[in-house]
Amino acid sequence: MGYTLQYGQVAPYLGYLAEGAMLSFGLAAIGFLCGWLIGLICAAISEYGRGPIRWVVRAYVVFFLNTPILVQIFFLYFALPDFGILLTSFQAVTIGLSLNAGAYLTEIQRAGFRSVRREEREAAITLGFTRLQAIRYVIVPHIIKVLYPPLSNQYILVTMTTSIAAIFGIEELTGRAYNINAITFRSLEIFSITALYYVALTFFASTILYGIGRYLFRIKAKVF
Amino acid sequence: MPQLVIEGLSARYGTTPVLTDVNLSVERGEIVAIIGPSGSGKSTLLRVLVGLLKPQSGSVTVAGQQVNYDSAAALKQVRDRFAVVFQQFNLFQNMTALRNVTIAPTIVKKRSNSEVQAEAKRLLQKVGLGDKFNSYPDELSGGQQQRVAIARALALRPEVLLLDEVTSALDPELVGEVLDTIRTLAEEGMTMILVSHEMAFVREVAGKVVFMADGKVVEVGPPQQIFDNPQAQRTRDFVRRILRH
Amino acid sequence: MSELELFLHPGNLRLIWTSFLMTASLSVLGCGIGFLAGFFLALMRNPRIVPFAPARWFAIVYTETFRRIPFLVKLMVVLFAFQFAGLNVSLFTIAVTTVALTAAAFASENVRAGLESIHANQWDAAEAMNMGGFTALWRVILPQAWPVMIPPSMTYSVGLVKSTSIASQIGLFELTYAARIMTNKGISAGLAFGTILILYFVLCYALNRFAAWLEVRLATTRHRRA
Repeated sequence: MGYTLQYGQVAPYLGYLAEGAMLSFGLAAIGFLCGWLIGLICAAISEYGRGPIRWVVRAYVVFFLNTPILVQIFFLYFALPDFGILLTSFQAVTIGLSLNAGAYLTEIQRAGFRSVRREEREAAITLGFTRLQAIRYVIVPHIIKVLYPPLSNQYILVTMTTSIAAIFGIEELTGRAYNINAITFRSLEIFSITALYYVALTFFASTILYGIGRYLFRIKAKVF
Repeated sequence: MPQLVIEGLSARYGTTPVLTDVNLSVERGEIVAIIGPSGSGKSTLLRVLVGLLKPQSGSVTVAGQQVNYDSAAALKQVRDRFAVVFQQFNLFQNMTALRNVTIAPTIVKKRSNSEVQAEAKRLLQKVGLGDKFNSYPDELSGGQQQRVAIARALALRPEVLLLDEVTSALDPELVGEVLDTIRTLAEEGMTMILVSHEMAFVREVAGKVVFMADGKVVEVGPPQQIFDNPQAQRTRDFVRRILRH
Repeated sequence: MSELELFLHPGNLRLIWTSFLMTASLSVLGCGIGFLAGFFLALMRNPRIVPFAPARWFAIVYTETFRRIPFLVKLMVVLFAFQFAGLNVSLFTIAVTTVALTAAAFASENVRAGLESIHANQWDAAEAMNMGGFTALWRVILPQAWPVMIPPSMTYSVGLVKSTSIASQIGLFELTYAARIMTNKGISAGLAFGTILILYFVLCYALNRFAAWLEVRLATTRHRRA
């Protein structure tokens, strides 16, 4: 590395890094969307389900919330083959991201459902709506307003978590930073620029999410 | 010599003017009531007096000395002369009533503990809370809290007491006990500036009533003038509206 | 030796225990230093206490930046920054620094929110009585703000404990690294990573239950005398 910072040497790779950012975005999108679906189903089961399935969901959530995602993915990648399940690094990472995000998104959406059950009854009584009308005009808008900020927040967190993929050789933003480092050895320069890329990425994402929230749903909450 | 003279006072919050060219004088022992619609700058005026807001222009003269808002030491001196009671959230929630009253004299004015304690107890008894020394604010009613706040203000031995809508946040049945306390202080000759919506009370105790609107002083006069014979149209409109209640 | 014998060998158990302590001390030290630093950052952001604009800007820039960088990237930056500065520090120091930098950013936001939850009149009443900024903070504001700030801090600490697993990437001998070592010695990945997962679970779950208990205690406790 030497005693002088030479950002000039890493300049040619900025575009390459940016492409990695797009892969990070893709990973985050997959992880978040799958996690959101898992969360939705599990939250529904938690709130409206009956019997042992609720314990299974509870165990899943508690387990994934109290263990590090890195070790979760290590297990998926290194331990599952012993049970006959062979995953590529990409599969292990996306499944790990999804399952991990799913646990958080279960809790978030469960809280959302909870906040709605009371509204549900009150709305039906005071406004004389039919069940369907109540759902459409009161409950759904309420759920959207309640869930949008924490969901947006979680999306940003998932985006940051995707950097773990580098450990598994995936060439998203951090992974590419490792590559460039291996070529140029300008370590501090490269990783500090990568850090700035993440800051830019999350600012960009939170601005867009805030904008969507503000103008589409009229939600004034700050995102991240 | 008047105790307090305000001349041409103007102040802003950011770029919004909240006080424009306010003139007012207060004699020793006088009770001045400030009335007016919301946003008229009444509370802001009090805040400037106690040094929480710096004015853009104009002057405030206390006991013949002009206040220098740029000097921390000068502000400290001014604050020593005033004591303020707000509409709510006055009392320090993490301290008992007694501690609330004793803390400033002990810590800031550095008076002796025993002397401050004795005076604090006397003041709390004076406002009718002799049995609530060790109660925390969340154990007291709104009226009781405001009375402790008044006792706390008195413990500072101010020359002028500023009361900022102290009964506006109270349930109606608790307003009376606070007004009684203020009435007693008025009878004892305490100089007071009170911002209030309690028009009957204002008419009863105030020596001078100031009507403010849009950050300006619209009219000043004795209660009989302001309420029964207002000179300015704006005053007339306001009085007519509120006295309809 | 069978896998189970390898696993239950005292040397191996000692390895697990040492790495568990490493994770614990890394978390405690990192959070401790970080929360303290974050506390001061929050004070810098408050014009009533530090009426010095550059301090405010620094605190804001620091918080917004370090919140948005993934742990792994921060770890790399810290590692190479120490190298660049010519300082030959231990891996533990590098890891603790990263955890502390992360904790500080969070704590800065948390403390700020806690202070803001106290009604402005509390500050104003104190100021009008000529109580200086620090006196007001110490005697009036903080005693009321603590109960608000502690629950999120506990929750965040659990998250940081989980983040420490990434420190394994620079070769620090904590729990996750121990799992890799175990697989190298011939223990199956399932047993190795499974054990480590359970150990993390125990640590985090215990912290979470403690946090929940603390939250209940704080909600019902009498405020301290100032």
